[in-house]
Amino acid sequence: MTEKQTTTSAAFMATLKRDLLIAFKKKNDIVNPFMFFIIVVSLFPIGISPESDRLTEIAAGVIWISVLLASMLSMDNLYRSDFEDGSLEQLLLSPHPLFFLVLAKNISHWLVSGLPVVLVSPILAYMLALPTEAYGTLVLSLLLGTPIMSLLGSIAVALTVGLGSRGLILAVITLPMSVPILIFGTLAVQSTLNSQSPLGYLSLLLVMLSVSVSLAPLASAAALKISVN
Amino acid sequence: MSSAAPKTSSNSITDKTMLVVRDLFCERDDRVLFKNLDFDLPEGQVLQVQGSNGSGKTTLMRILCGLNDSYEGSIKWYGQEVEDQAASFYSSLLYIGHRVGVSKVLTPVENLRWSCSLKQAVSDEQIMEALKEVGLRGFEESPCYTLSAGQQQRVSLARLIISPASLWVLDEPFTTLDTKGVAQLEKILQRQAQAGGSVMVTTHHSLSIAELTLLSLG
Repeated sequence: MTEKQTTTSAAFMATLKRDLLIAFKKKNDIVNPFMFFIIVVSLFPIGISPESDRLTEIAAGVIWISVLLASMLSMDNLYRSDFEDGSLEQLLLSPHPLFFLVLAKNISHWLVSGLPVVLVSPILAYMLALPTEAYGTLVLSLLLGTPIMSLLGSIAVALTVGLGSRGLILAVITLPMSVPILIFGTLAVQSTLNSQSPLGYLSLLLVMLSVSVSLAPLASAAALKISVN
Repeated sequence: MSSAAPKTSSNSITDKTMLVVRDLFCERDDRVLFKNLDFDLPEGQVLQVQGSNGSGKTTLMRILCGLNDSYEGSIKWYGQEVEDQAASFYSSLLYIGHRVGVSKVLTPVENLRWSCSLKQAVSDEQIMEALKEVGLRGFEESPCYTLSAGQQQRVSLARLIISPASLWVLDEPFTTLDTKGVAQLEKILQRQAQAGGSVMVTTHHSLSIAELTLLSLG
């Protein structure tokens, strides 16, 4: 009785489109982490010092830490509503490899929560008096780092989605995994400021991104199966 | 209606037997839900799973779909273990559980477009036709949070009309439906059985379907 079964790429695109559609209908899910990021970064000049020299020193670290915290805020939306309304079960019962469907959800999540933060980062870097020559490195490091955060965070959310009250468990799992990204991201920007090449750190981020894209969706898929069990 | 015990000897297994379940055992929280459970599901049959609350009906349905792996025993799909031919099994399976898989922020059309496209190519005309058949004409573009629980259930049941899946596993599909909806769903189940497909359904309703077999748990 089976007829016209969809290809994996069609199922991938359908999942990507659906998640983007949901994100644009639930605008709070996009706006909240984005606003949180801007507010946190804006508080530093007020709380520490408005002097450019001091701000330049901490700019890269402040932006990277704020990105990390904002990504934590948005992670919970990744599978929670799908778990509650049963869509996750439908996803797991698809004949297509779960790897690609989970990857589609991760890409959608990055497009609505990671990319806006990357795009606005030069404005916030200007506010924190980061020298203009470091803007390129900052944006590039964030472009490489934020998808890794989405992919790693996805594993933690998939593991905890079935738990009633999770409290800080998501942060406890995700933050240690994100520390290397934070280190390499800030070091890349710092090395540009010190007139050194940031390519080494950016390459490390690129390697981490490649490994995450290849392995994290597999881990997320396995974790989702455990969570619905 | 047939109320014969579903337990059949292995001699009766033919190439038209979709599912063969043998010696199924499941335990939850130190309580045995079922053990030595044997049953076959041939093509063209509706198998109604009955049992008191907590007897393991939902667990059985989820085990058969692969959503729960806390069991021992053998589940064969056309003679081969399900895990050995997962892609073929999942292409032929349609499951609707307690959580019906309808996103409340999306419209019925958007929901069906996604859930159907996970398995087979589907056109908007097919979706519109199915929504009309389940009585949701005029609600195609309304967000599902504006629909009642029964209407949301109907959105998920529209998948039955669109889907070419040969095995339907339905967990309490009648719960929120009105009398007319119940009668309509019975017709849809009967149509599936007459077309050579099979249905496993848990419900406390008395179904009036000619191809019905009962399986009692607990």
